[in-house]
Amino acid sequence: MEGAWEIAFVFFQVWLSIVVGLIMLPAMFGVSLGFTDIYIKVLVKTLEWATLRIQRGQKEQAALPSQSANGIIEKDDGSMQEEIGELRRSHPKNLAGGDFTLCDAFYFCKKGIENIVEDQVTQRFTSEELASWNLLTRTNNNFCYISLRLTIIWGLGVFIRYCILLPLRITLAVIGLSWLVIGTILVGLLPSSNVKNWLSDLVHITCYRICARGLSATIRYHNKENRPKKGGICVANHTSPIDIVILANDGCYAMVGQVHGGLMGVLQRSIVRSCPHVWFERSEMKDRHAVAKRLKDHIADKTKLPILIFPEGTCINNTSVMMFKKGSFEIGGTIYPVAIKYDPQFGDAFWNSAKYNMVSYLLRMMTSWAIVCNVWYLPPMTRQDGEDAVQFANRVKSAIAHQGGLVDLSWDGGLKREKVKESLKEEQQKMYSSMIIGSDFNEASLSLLLSVSSPDDPSAPVKGSGGL
Amino acid sequence: MGSTNSTLLKIPNVEVLMQETGFSPAHIIRLHDRFKALDKEGRGHLCPHDFGAIKELAMNPIGDRIIGAFFSPGKETVDFHTFVKILAHFRPVDKDRPKEPNSPEPINSRSNKLKFAFQLYDQDKDGKISRDELLQVLRAMLGMQVTDEQLESIADRTIQEADLDRDDTISFEEFRKACKHKRFTMFRFCIRPGERKLMLTLCHWSSELQDQHEL
Repeated sequence: MEGAWEIAFVFFQVWLSIVVGLIMLPAMFGVSLGFTDIYIKVLVKTLEWATLRIQRGQKEQAALPSQSANGIIEKDDGSMQEEIGELRRSHPKNLAGGDFTLCDAFYFCKKGIENIVEDQVTQRFTSEELASWNLLTRTNNNFCYISLRLTIIWGLGVFIRYCILLPLRITLAVIGLSWLVIGTILVGLLPSSNVKNWLSDLVHITCYRICARGLSATIRYHNKENRPKKGGICVANHTSPIDIVILANDGCYAMVGQVHGGLMGVLQRSIVRSCPHVWFERSEMKDRHAVAKRLKDHIADKTKLPILIFPEGTCINNTSVMMFKKGSFEIGGTIYPVAIKYDPQFGDAFWNSAKYNMVSYLLRMMTSWAIVCNVWYLPPMTRQDGEDAVQFANRVKSAIAHQGGLVDLSWDGGLKREKVKESLKEEQQKMYSSMIIGSDFNEASLSLLLSVSSPDDPSAPVKGSGGL
Repeated sequence: MGSTNSTLLKIPNVEVLMQETGFSPAHIIRLHDRFKALDKEGRGHLCPHDFGAIKELAMNPIGDRIIGAFFSPGKETVDFHTFVKILAHFRPVDKDRPKEPNSPEPINSRSNKLKFAFQLYDQDKDGKISRDELLQVLRAMLGMQVTDEQLESIADRTIQEADLDRDDTISFEEFRKACKHKRFTMFRFCIRPGERKLMLTLCHWSSELQDQHEL
């Protein structure tokens, strides 16, 4: 009995020293011993092999569909005017461009049915489909049993991920977070000085690097010369809470967010001791002016770190960028856009908050193969004259979408939880009515012209002919 | 030769469904995935609320009517079979289908497509579009953008043009004639069953690993 405890203790010591010596210390100094590189290479080769096997297996079993990332419907992407014009073109009376016809409803009907089969918004809130299976059970949707060898490899993968990688990653995460709390509290005890700032940056970066190793994260940063500077606002597309770890591995940022309770609250309270972050109470969040003022004050102080904001407001599945809320773009100051694109082959980083809570999400992350992503720093942007906040936000959004290879949507990410506003329906009605009423007006103005041209009828009603 | 795909096996009477609707196995699987995605609570059937959750449909002026077309009168739910049968209306017309006198008309025939559209107008299902029903559709599509008078004049003009037997309603035959010259290519979607090629793109994080396999 005693012997067993001693062995366990020795084992634990060995384990801890391996973790500290081989992973944590190099991580803190930003040095890579190359283990992750080798791991990823092996993984890539294995997944290639698996894909070939699946491909071969699918050829033998006829007609199994593989997922298409391009959508399942052939859509005619014309505007409302073009398509209704097409519908009417063969109308016997040739009233192209105006007047109502019974078949106009076909256009709306077709659009409606297309949206029932496939719409642009709902699919953004679920995980991206993969073209081939990456040996994770969770992405095994339509793939069925192919061969014994593949199943063995999959079984091996499960063992490696759950029994070897998971404990390792949990250890690293625990070490990383406790180091963050302890380190920032210690640094917070110092008086304000350059030394304090430098130490605070050191603590933050080392902690985030340890956490990144805790996820087997391989991050590639591009265009580092555009890295956000102090007094600026860093803006990025949002896929999961891990985005913060990804970005903070290469620079120090001031976080913005709501005050939470529990573990998050502990973290928040401790890191704000060593350098200023912006935490809001729930009640303060509703007052947009107060929020804007605090952010403005923060960026006005050039010694404070750049603010990190995710303007989408919610997690999207990394295939698209949704509407950026204009609040962060009204403050002024330089915007440093950053595009983050995860490679879904190694692990799906999207946090589907409707389906998973934070803990189960983190467990899923730690039992994936790895987190592999690319981060692009884009050149800084400022609001131009004559551009309002919404246009500026859209400009930044397009730049991020373009760089990251994501679809640029103008839908509001808040639609995840809310209903569509009536105003969107009204816009559709407006567009359609301008097609119908346009012709009516032409007929009316024609008759007006005819009546006015005869000077004998002074009582002809004079209608204003302002444009619609 | 039946497909061994497990998804297909889970759907009851799938062979009959494919026969009736003309969808291929790949299409059925795709539609089944979509059905499951819409059925968030996993009940096995959809209710109007599930359709209402589709944002782009909520924005459609006649979205409610389209949703209503899925539910037979009195029924509050739609199962997968009915879902697929209704979507089958929108398959492209099979040009090579031989005209057998005894076989039932395919769901996606021109006539059935027209009937579907007709029912969007004819909500009380009496076989005729009354002036009131026409006004309702017009109001839905135009919203508050037009006055009542403009609406009435449009309705009057439409009935005048289409109503051939002068009974102040539009019957299905008159509807058919009014839409006779329309090209029904507007009324279709076809599902791409997915490319056979498997694109495997791996993260390029070292130039040696930059592989793009097209198999």
